Amino acid sequence: MSRAKIAIVGAAETTRMGKVPELSQTGLHADGALNALTDCGLTPSDIDGIATAGHDVAEIAQYLGITPSWADGTSVGGCSFITLVRHAAAAIETGLCTTVLITHGESGRSNNRSHRPIFPAMQQQEFENTYGAAFPPTKFTLPVMRKMKDDGLTEEQLAMVAVVQREWAAMHPRATAREPITVDDVLGSRMIAFPFRKLMCCLVSDGGGALVLTSAERAADFPTKPVYPRGMGGESAEGPMISQMESFTSSKAFRISGRLAFESAGITHADVDHLMIYDAFAHLPVYGLEDLGFVAPGEAGAFIADGHTRPGGTLPLNTNGGGLSYMHSGMYGMYALQESVRQMRGVSPAQIDGAKLSVVHGVGGMFSAASTVVLTNERQF
Amino acid sequence: MSEKPVPTIYPETQFYWDGAKEGKLLLNRCIACDTPYFPPRPFCPACGSRDVDVIEASGRGRLYSYVISHLPAPGYEPPYVVAVVELEEGVRMVSNILDIPADPDALELDMALEVAFEERGAVTVPQFRPAGGAP
Repeated sequence: MSRAKIAIVGAAETTRMGKVPELSQTGLHADGALNALTDCGLTPSDIDGIATAGHDVAEIAQYLGITPSWADGTSVGGCSFITLVRHAAAAIETGLCTTVLITHGESGRSNNRSHRPIFPAMQQQEFENTYGAAFPPTKFTLPVMRKMKDDGLTEEQLAMVAVVQREWAAMHPRATAREPITVDDVLGSRMIAFPFRKLMCCLVSDGGGALVLTSAERAADFPTKPVYPRGMGGESAEGPMISQMESFTSSKAFRISGRLAFESAGITHADVDHLMIYDAFAHLPVYGLEDLGFVAPGEAGAFIADGHTRPGGTLPLNTNGGGLSYMHSGMYGMYALQESVRQMRGVSPAQIDGAKLSVVHGVGGMFSAASTVVLTNERQF
Repeated sequence: MSEKPVPTIYPETQFYWDGAKEGKLLLNRCIACDTPYFPPRPFCPACGSRDVDVIEASGRGRLYSYVISHLPAPGYEPPYVVAVVELEEGVRMVSNILDIPADPDALELDMALEVAFEERGAVTVPQFRPAGGAP
């Protein structure tokens, strides 16, 4: 029997999401951070560790009036906030700090910001952008035709990813897109980058969120139901040039990150009650389910199309509607974490009855990086 | 319409673009591994050895994957093809596919391709087209 060592005691998203023109990107960080501090009854002066991604962590600390003894600005794309949960857990456990605030804010829609979150890679600009591979829809999607030919993934199955996630979003009052959609709606929506239609691509939103972590021993001092990282999670990075992925049908970074997280938590797939897989585009839950080992290679498209991940299915996946329907500011990982925390607290609008264990898996960049954490509401496991 | 993008060339990749200007597709190769690699860098990404040279690729490859962009990009009028080509030598690189419609019916995965060279001002950019001319 193990006891949890670290607890997430505060969690909140920004007051508003979607279109928030009245706040800057820095302001979105602060709004999410203050909401998370209020959630657990703390003020900025209680924070001695701070972490963020896509933004200078020192700027966020100064803006909030925090002078930390530990700061982490690991920025490998949208999964960074998942990565930062395991980094923060390691920092607390080794005594580098006691109470960590992880913030995210992104003015993805209103563009109230002085910079984009990630620097373009040198070789990506030289050898990919030169050919009109200029945006995520023409880069992130590049491996998919190969996967369709090699694994039998179909356009209808990709469309079903969006259909099923919209069913989850319909339960969430804060989701941006809640109207039911059909496979025909998805396939008939505007072509963005064949075979990807608009409804297979994520939303573009403003928003943010934050988490507060501390030692599990202190968790009882807080008004919230604690959510515990089980094990130390996993992370990896294959690199920003999507054309250089080792395989076009499977992400090496996903496989490594997932294996590390499952091994560290000492769990099997049958233990998982709830799953979040970062979905900037409809193919990512397909790669994620296969690379995390929930289904065999080549089987995830049919698994989703057969309804296993929809409401009432055996493996509830992306229960906030995901980046496709809930919101997507650009670095979506924080929102996957927030829904996982809600599920483990038992307060999600799409609550899975009795859920005790949730896996959160994210992608960074365009198959560039990955991270995975296992969260639970059980102090002992 | 704006001009197509030209790459920023760095000291480690100058030979690649110089080769393209002469109508050659050049690759780095690790002597110890006897394996070509891409993109260029002055050491082998498999073993770390700095003992590398430059070879001329055959220019033959196959269509490994692609998307058809319906979004405009600098110098590109939609729809246009962004492809990944796998060379006979085993490396993969991004290219457009010349001399063929941007239509899924015309783009068959694994179809044979050959290198072509596109002038963009002072820079020559390697591209690919169906082997033996348009089908």
